Amino acid sequence: MSQESIGNTVGASNNVNRNATNINLQDVIREMDRLLQQRLRPMEERIEQLEEISLEGQLSQRRHNSECEEEYDGEIDDEQAYEQATRQGLRQQEPRHQRARPRYKLPVLSGFLNSTQTPMKKQKQDNPFNLVAEEIIFIILDLLNRNSLAIKSFSLVCKSFYAVESKHRCSLKPLRQERLPALLSRYPNITHLDLTLCSRVSDASLSLVSHSCASSLRSIDFSRTPLFSTYGLLRLALNCKNIVEIDLSNATELKDSALAAVAEAKNLEKLSLARCKSITDMGVGCVAVGCRKLRFICLKWCFGVGDLGIGLLAVKCKHLCFLDLSYLPITNKCLSSISKLQHLEELILEGCFGIEDDSLAVLKHGCNSLKSLDVSTCQNISHNGLPSLINGALGLRQLTLAHGSPVTSSLADCLRKHSMLQSVKLDGCFVTDDGLKTIGNWCASLRELSLSKCLGVTDEGLSSVVTKHRDLRKLDITCCRKITDASIASITNSCKSLTSLRVESCTLVTREAFVLIGQRCHLLEELDLTDNEVDDKGLKYISRCSELSSLKLGICLNITDEGLIHIGKGCSKLVELDLYRSEEITDSAILAIAQGCPGLEMINMAYCKYITDRSLLSLSKCPQLKTLESRGCSLITSLGLKAVAVGCKELTKLDIKKCHNIDDAGMLPLARFSQNLRQINLSHSSVTDIGLLSLSSISCLQNMTILHLKGLTPAGLAAVLLACGGLKKVKLQATFRWLLPLRLVQYLESRGCMFQWKDKVLQEKLDPKCWKLQLEDLMP
Amino acid sequence: MLSDNRIKAPVQDGVVNQLVQASKVQDWDPSAMLDNLSFLEQKIHQLQDLVHLIIGRKGQVLGRPDELVVQQQQLVTADLTSIIVQLISTAGSLLPSGKHTLPAATPSLEQSGQFGGVVFPSAQGPLNDGFQPQNAGGSKVSGLPNSVDISRKNGNEQNHIIEEHELKDEEDVEEGESLIPGTYEILQLEKEEILAPHTHFCTICGKGFKRDANLRMHMRGHGDEYKTPGALAKPNKESGSEPTIIKRYSCPYTGCKRNKDHKKFQPLKTILCVKNHYKRTHCDKSYICSRCNTKKFSVIADLKTHEKHCGKDKWLCSCGTTFSRKDKLFGHIALFQGHTPAIPLEEAKAPAGPSDQGDGNQSTNKVGSMNFNFSSNVSSESEVQSSTDIKGSIDDPAGYFSPLSFDTCNFGGFHEFPRPPFDDSESSLAFLLSGSCNYPQKSED
Repeated sequence: MSQESIGNTVGASNNVNRNATNINLQDVIREMDRLLQQRLRPMEERIEQLEEISLEGQLSQRRHNSECEEEYDGEIDDEQAYEQATRQGLRQQEPRHQRARPRYKLPVLSGFLNSTQTPMKKQKQDNPFNLVAEEIIFIILDLLNRNSLAIKSFSLVCKSFYAVESKHRCSLKPLRQERLPALLSRYPNITHLDLTLCSRVSDASLSLVSHSCASSLRSIDFSRTPLFSTYGLLRLALNCKNIVEIDLSNATELKDSALAAVAEAKNLEKLSLARCKSITDMGVGCVAVGCRKLRFICLKWCFGVGDLGIGLLAVKCKHLCFLDLSYLPITNKCLSSISKLQHLEELILEGCFGIEDDSLAVLKHGCNSLKSLDVSTCQNISHNGLPSLINGALGLRQLTLAHGSPVTSSLADCLRKHSMLQSVKLDGCFVTDDGLKTIGNWCASLRELSLSKCLGVTDEGLSSVVTKHRDLRKLDITCCRKITDASIASITNSCKSLTSLRVESCTLVTREAFVLIGQRCHLLEELDLTDNEVDDKGLKYISRCSELSSLKLGICLNITDEGLIHIGKGCSKLVELDLYRSEEITDSAILAIAQGCPGLEMINMAYCKYITDRSLLSLSKCPQLKTLESRGCSLITSLGLKAVAVGCKELTKLDIKKCHNIDDAGMLPLARFSQNLRQINLSHSSVTDIGLLSLSSISCLQNMTILHLKGLTPAGLAAVLLACGGLKKVKLQATFRWLLPLRLVQYLESRGCMFQWKDKVLQEKLDPKCWKLQLEDLMP
Repeated sequence: MLSDNRIKAPVQDGVVNQLVQASKVQDWDPSAMLDNLSFLEQKIHQLQDLVHLIIGRKGQVLGRPDELVVQQQQLVTADLTSIIVQLISTAGSLLPSGKHTLPAATPSLEQSGQFGGVVFPSAQGPLNDGFQPQNAGGSKVSGLPNSVDISRKNGNEQNHIIEEHELKDEEDVEEGESLIPGTYEILQLEKEEILAPHTHFCTICGKGFKRDANLRMHMRGHGDEYKTPGALAKPNKESGSEPTIIKRYSCPYTGCKRNKDHKKFQPLKTILCVKNHYKRTHCDKSYICSRCNTKKFSVIADLKTHEKHCGKDKWLCSCGTTFSRKDKLFGHIALFQGHTPAIPLEEAKAPAGPSDQGDGNQSTNKVGSMNFNFSSNVSSESEVQSSTDIKGSIDDPAGYFSPLSFDTCNFGGFHEFPRPPFDDSESSLAFLLSGSCNYPQKSED
C-alpha cells in the first residue's frame, strides 16, 4: 500500500473516468480527506474522554454513554455492516467505532494528499465524489480491502460513500443469520458468502440468500453451521445458477437427499463434504451425475461412501483435479477409475486401510497428472504397491507417507527418479539409516522434509539426507530423540536457506547446538524449540534471524529475561511467541517483546508465574494482538486485563483460566472494548454472574469455557446464556446440567449452541519438572 | 357394434350377472345364442343410458370430481370387460373344436340363475389395463366367466392342468429340448381356447373349473354316483400305461417362433406352456402390481411372484428402474447419460417396511407417481420399460423423489423433515408449498 502505487493506480484509472475529466483528482482527494477529518475530530475527542474513563477505572461512566451505544449493540465484526449506524444518521457516531479509527485515518488518502503539493481549491458545496467515476473509488477500495476498519470508516463518511461501498463489497461474513436480510439488501453484489460464524442457518435464510443473490453468488461456506436442511440447499442450488463453490463440511446430519439438491447446482466446481457422516454412495452418485464440472471434492470422514460412489464420481466428473478420500472405506476397486482421471493433481488417501499392495499392481501406471499424493496411515501400502500408484506421475511434487510402512531403502528407492519431488512427509514412520541414505540419493532436490516422531532417525541418517538436499526450506525433526548436536551441526551447515525448523523435544541436543542455528540459518521464519535445552546464549544468536515470525519456546526452562530481551531487539517481525511454562520469564521480558515486536498477534504466557499486570500493560501496546493466553498467571488482575482490552482491539481469543485475581471488574472493559472477542476461557477465575452477563454485549462471542466459577449461580448462568445470542459452544460444569431448566437448554441448542458438560475434578498443580520426566519416559 | 360402444358403456351390476349366467349356457341351441345376443344388446343399451346420465351429471358435481370420475370409470371399465369376455365366450362356444359338449340342458335363465353371484365377484377384468388402483391380486381371474369348452380327448392333458402352478415355468425348461420334427404330434389351440379361464365343466350344471380335481369334488354334490372311488380317482390312472404319442403344442399366433409355420419352430411342451406363452407374449399385460402400480403382467402367477419381491428392490434410478443390488445401480448409472440415483424420501424418517406401502399410502403414492411422470421424459421411460425385462422391474416411484423433478414436483415429504422446536421459519416453508400441487392426483396419463 505504498503511496507510489496508489498514485500510479489512480493515474492509470484516470482514463476510465470520462465524466470527471475536468476535475482535479487531487482536489477531490483533498476534499475527501477534509470530510473525513470533519468526522474524525469529534471522534477523537470522545476517544480521549474514553481513555480517561478507562484509565481511571470509572466503569460506572459506562452507563452514561450507554444510550448511544445501545443502537449499535452487536455490529462489531470486521465484516459486519453498519447499516443501522448510518440509518440513524451520521451525526451520532458510535464511540466504540471512533476509538478504533485514529489508527486507520484512511492513511492512504491523507498520505497521498500530503505528497501532492497542489493548492486547495474549494469545489462546489456538493460532494465532489459524486463526480468521480465509481471505478476509481473501487480501485481505492480494493487497496483498502486489507483493512476492514478503514472500509468501515469509509462507508460511514457520507451517503454516497456508503452506497459505493455497498456496491463494491463482494464477500460477506455475517455473524448472525438474523442480520442476513438487511445485509443482503445492502450488498447486492455479494459473490462469496461465509456463514461459518452464524451459530445456525435456517432454511428460510438460505431461501432468502438464494433470492437475493440469485445470479451473483459464486461461493458459499456452511462449514460449522448446523440446522439447515435439504430444502434450503435445494432453493439455493436452483436459484443461484452461477454457484461454483459450496462448503458443507461438518454437516454431520446431512442426508443423501441434500446432496441430491446440491447436484442441481450444475456449475459447481468445488465441493467440500468433510465429516458429512450420514451421506452414502447414493448422494455422492447424485453429485457425480449432476455436477459434471466438479474439480475439487473433499469427502474426508464420509464413512458411508465407498467404492461405488467414488468410482462413479471418477467416471462422471472427468475434470476432477483434487480428490480427498481420507478415511473412507474404499478399496482398490475404485482406484482403477481414479487412475483414469486425466487432470487429477492432488489425491489424498489418508487412512484408507482398504487399499492394499496386492491388487495395486493392476493400476500399472497410476495417475499421470498427479502432483501431490497423501497415503498417510495406509499401512497396507508398502514399497511393493507404491510404485503402481506413482510410477506414471513424473510430475509428483509432494508425497506424504506419514504413519505408514517403514521407510527402508526399498521404499525410498521407488521415488529415486521423481525429479520434481519437492516435499516428503514421513511423520511417524519407522525410518532406517539405509532409507535415509537412499533419500539422499534421489535425483530430486527436496524443499521440505518432515520426520517428526520418526523412530530410528540417527545422526548418521539425518546427516546423509541434509548434506544432499541442501535446498531444504522446511525441516521437521520433532521428537527425533536420538539425534544430537552433530545433526544440528550438519543441518545448519548444509541447509542455510531453511525457513522453518522444528526441533521440538530433541532432548539429546545440548544448549550449545542452538547457537549454531542462530549463527548459520538467518532466513528462519519459523522456529520451534519447545522442550529443549536452549538458553539465553542460544536466544542471543537466534535473535539474529530477523525474519523470524514464529518462535516457540514452551517448556524451555533455561531461558530468562535476558534471552528474550535479545529476541525483542532482533526479531521485530515476530508474530507468534510461545512461552508456555518457561517459568523464569518476568515482566521485563514481555516488555522487551511488546516494544520490539509491534506486529505480535499471539502470545502464550501460560504458567509463567512471575507475570504481572505490567506485562499486560506493555502488551496493550501491541495493536494486532489476537490471542492472549495467560493461563495460571495468578498475579495478573482485572487492571491488567483492562489495559489489554483497551489497547488490543483485535483480541479474538483470551485464556485467563486460573487467574484467580481476575474478577468482574476485568470483564466490564472487555465487554466494552474487545468487540472482536470470539473465545474466552474463564475457568477458576473470580468472575461472577455479573461479569459474565456484561460479556453479552460482545456479539462475536461464540465460545465460552466457564468451569469452576465460584460466583456462578444457575439463575445467573441462565441469564448469561440467554443474553449471549451468538454462542456456539459452552463448556460448563456437569452439575449445572440439572440446575438449568431443560427447556432453556433445548432452546439454546435450537439456537445453535452446543453444550459440553465437564465434571473433571480440580487438579493439583503440576510440577514443571515432572513434564520433562514424563516425556523422557517415552524415550526408547 | 361392440367396438362402438366400448367407450361409453357402463352397466349395472345386476345386468352383468344376468348376462354372465346367460353365457354359462353351453349349447348349440341357436335360441340360447339369440338370448345371449339380445341380452348383450340390452345391456349395452343400458350402459349407454348410464353414460348419458353420467355426462349429464358431470356439470353439477364439480366439487370433488376426482373420486366420482374414478368410480364411474371403474364401473364402465369393469362392465366393458365383462361384455367383451361374454362376447368371446359366446363366440367360443360356436367353435368347431368345442366337442366336449355339455348336455344341452336348459339354456334358460332360471336355471343358471342359481350360480349367479359366484361368477363375477369384482369389477376387474383382464382388459381394463392401466387403471386398477385397488387390484387385489389374482382372485378376479378365477372368477372370470367362461363359456368355452376345450376339446379334451385325452386325460393326460387334463392332468397337466391340475399341476398348473407347479408347471408354470415349464416353458423355459423345455427350451433346450430338441425333438426331431415329425416324431411328435403338433396340436394347435385357438386363441379363444387359450384365453378361456376354465377348462373343465360340469356336465350337469355347466359350471367351469380350472382343475379336473376341483370338478370331481364338485360333482359329488350332484349325486351319490359321483362319490365312488372310481369316479373320484384321477382319470389317467384308469387309462393304463398304453404308450401315447408325444404331443407338442403350437402357438396360434402367426409369425411367432412357437408357431408351427415358423422356420425355427420350437414347440411348446404342455397346454399350460401354451397358455402362459400366449398370455405373456401376445396379450396385454393387464395385471398391475398393486404395490408399485407400475409393473404389469399378463400371467397372474407372474404378478404374484413379483409381488413377493416388489419393494425389496431399493436401489432406484431416476429413470424408474430399480435394482436389488447397489453395484448394479451404479453400473447402470455409469453407463447412461443423465441417469442419477434417486434418493428415497423415507430416509429422513424411520425406515418403512414394504408392508407400509399398501392401500394406506395410496394417496401419497399417487403424488409420487406424478412427480415421477414429470421427472423422466417419456422416451427414457419407455426405453427402460422395454429394456428391463431381463432384470430390472419397474418399481414404484412413489415415496421416492427423483432429482430430475425438482423444478416441477411438489415437496410432499419435506414438511416431515425434523425441524428445531423453536424455529421461526415456518412461514417460509408454507409459501413454497402452497404453490405446488399437494393433492393426490387420481388421473393418470
